[in-house]
Amino acid sequence: MSFFSDILRLIGTPDLWHASLQYAALLLLPALGGVISERSGVVNIAMEGMMLTGAFFAVAVDLAVHNVFIAVLGAMIAGGLMASIHAVVSIRYRADQIVSGVAINIFAAGITVFLLNRFYGLADVGQVASSNALPNWNVPLLGQIPFLGRVFFQQNVMVYVAIIVLVLTQVVLFRTRLGLRLRSVGEHPQAADTAGINVYVLRYGAVITSGLLSGLAGAFLSIGIANTFVPGMTDGRGYIALAAMIFGKWTPIGAFIATLIFGFGQAIYDANSSIHISPYLLSMTPYLLTLVVLAAVVRRSSPPAADGIPYVPGAE
Amino acid sequence: MTDQVNPERLAVEMRGIVKIFPGVVANDHVDLIVRQGEIHALVGENGAGKSTLMNILYGLIHADAGEILIEGKPAPMQGPRDAIRQGIGMVHQHFMLIPVFTVGENVVLGSEPVRPGGFYDYARARTAIAALTRQYGLALDPDARVEDLPVGLQQRVEIVKVLYRGARILILDEPTGVLTPQESLELFRVLRGLVQRGKTIIFISHKLKEVLEISDRITVMRRGKVVGHLITKDTDEQEIARLMVGRDVLLRVEKTPAKPGPIALRVENLYANSDQGVPALRGVSFELRQGEILGIAGVEGNGQSELVEALAGTRRSSGGRVFLADHEVSNLTAATIRLAGVSHIPEDRRGAGLVLNYSVADNLILGRQRTPIFAWDGLVLRLKAIFNWAQRLIKEFDIRTPSSTTPARTLSGGNQQKIIVAREMATQPRVLLAAQPTRGVDIGAIEFIHRRLIAERDGGAAILLVSAELDEVRSLSDRIAVMYEGRIVSIEPPDAPEERLGLLMTGGGSGDRRKAG
Repeated sequence: MSFFSDILRLIGTPDLWHASLQYAALLLLPALGGVISERSGVVNIAMEGMMLTGAFFAVAVDLAVHNVFIAVLGAMIAGGLMASIHAVVSIRYRADQIVSGVAINIFAAGITVFLLNRFYGLADVGQVASSNALPNWNVPLLGQIPFLGRVFFQQNVMVYVAIIVLVLTQVVLFRTRLGLRLRSVGEHPQAADTAGINVYVLRYGAVITSGLLSGLAGAFLSIGIANTFVPGMTDGRGYIALAAMIFGKWTPIGAFIATLIFGFGQAIYDANSSIHISPYLLSMTPYLLTLVVLAAVVRRSSPPAADGIPYVPGAE
Repeated sequence: MTDQVNPERLAVEMRGIVKIFPGVVANDHVDLIVRQGEIHALVGENGAGKSTLMNILYGLIHADAGEILIEGKPAPMQGPRDAIRQGIGMVHQHFMLIPVFTVGENVVLGSEPVRPGGFYDYARARTAIAALTRQYGLALDPDARVEDLPVGLQQRVEIVKVLYRGARILILDEPTGVLTPQESLELFRVLRGLVQRGKTIIFISHKLKEVLEISDRITVMRRGKVVGHLITKDTDEQEIARLMVGRDVLLRVEKTPAKPGPIALRVENLYANSDQGVPALRGVSFELRQGEILGIAGVEGNGQSELVEALAGTRRSSGGRVFLADHEVSNLTAATIRLAGVSHIPEDRRGAGLVLNYSVADNLILGRQRTPIFAWDGLVLRLKAIFNWAQRLIKEFDIRTPSSTTPARTLSGGNQQKIIVAREMATQPRVLLAAQPTRGVDIGAIEFIHRRLIAERDGGAAILLVSAELDEVRSLSDRIAVMYEGRIVSIEPPDAPEERLGLLMTGGGSGDRRKAG
């Protein structure tokens, strides 16, 4: 029974919860991007690729200008550019959005390795370390609270950013005119169009926003957590974010709850040295949780009605 | 025919509108003149160009030539926003409502009241809607979700939505197509109220009775051209129909009283579920005799579709029994039932009635491709026999097709329907299940299909007719069964008053003639 007692002991430590929240924030940013994109009616499975591109450019820009904030900006722009490819292909040219998403993920995997070798002269697949890292921020006073202070108020700045984006997304989607219009475009673009709403502008905006947020998450991963870029380092997190979005029924709060579960799985794996079980088994935790959650929940959640359907004006 | 009118009082002037789609001239120098404060009907067959013209007026598509004047001033329409600004509102045939949004959200969408910071202002939206609904007598709960509302109320949301945007000119595209007779009457009351308050209404329809009842003037279109401007009180159904079709049309179905023979189909306490797994038929029983037409009237979605499918063998029943003459056929396969002499004109013409990519000839033998006439040993098609068969039916049923090898997809809806009708009638069925046999079909083809149905009846076939058009059910049927929530609530004579049928269809009235027949 040593496995269960190990887990129980871990749960009693603030470090496990601190790590859970950090990983949750990492998944939350692309998951929110997915929510925004799909609420506008464009299926987006390219968060993986946009995140990976963001991760690479965060390191590259940081090495070039030695400024983490410009690096983060560069990562977001890179993610946004990848997203605009998806936007043009699926909105302007009405291509299959799954195919476009897969293409972007493969393209991102290739282009990052190519640029890595080109820029840094690495003969083979290698890695490159950043010169700076995104700082942690201990919130004054609140950070001193025992246990909870460690969990909530001694986090990387990116965790706070993710929580702010979460609140913003929830409020904008469900409390503002912009959100109402965005959702109308994802549910029934013809209806939105006849009400004088510009379907294309909103869809482009939403898809590119998902790229900005995924790029941001990529920067968090490469210059906030790992402090290095390794090819393929997103390791399926974009897909886990996708699962979180579906599990959360296309709502920001729901996606956040889902990312907390997945983040917890990742944190358990990271603590594998203190758990008496094969780390290979533990490494499956986040993915296993994804599968179980998807199988159990997906049947009962329904996406926006026009999700994945290109809009053709005037067609019935 | 256009009368001289004072230009100060014109609401809409469309002059020389041309719109060419690849291969068709949808609008060929069309003029439309609508006076302020009138109900102007725009009539024509499918494909006559009515919807194109209205979509141009609403800015959804752009005309290739021509000009639009609204209240005397030139008004180029780049998009719906321009139209809305000019005071034009459109109630579409397929509602432009978002089912998961509330009534209030749907009404204000696109012109939302906001508080500083872009926050959607629920309170102001609610007050504005309450004011509108009071002013025009259109009761609505702004917080109800649209998907929970009956169709009549959804249409009301559309109207309120248009009024909220300050529309002075309302376009209604086939507004009664989805309504029950009661709901239609209610709609007409609303429309008259709107006109009294100074609104102008353009009413698109192909139902001539309605047009005569509600409109002041009529513009008739045929094949992209305006073929007549009429004043409603000086015209009649016959004249409009002639202009629409381009020849004289027999509007009344001529038939002799039925001579019912022995029982052909007996249904006992039939139960079946819908595609969603909920009970759609809850104990349906009736008898159908040779040589009679039993019409099924009902608001769509009350089990009519499931009934026909269960009888045709394309849907499993979950209880009850079906007999063909004396043989039980409950839950046999569609092929077996077909072999036993049951023909089926399915309501989903393109999905269930035809293989669209197949040729007209192949579609004409669908379901009989293994019979000895069309195949050796049920394996190798006898192309010559199929060709001859197709030639015969194309001629007999007047299917307008370039050749028998043309793909069915390229034909018009009416001609596609004629393929199905020809196939299903050519085998001289004992029982014919006809679901929405004239849906989306032009007046000319409707006339033809009606005559063939009567001919089949007189030839001794037992016909079960399901139609959403109450007029069609009343004019063809020898008896009318009214369905409501999966049950036959009453069996009525064909001359039963429309109001009574309408009431029964919506669950009101008493089914006191249930045992009749």
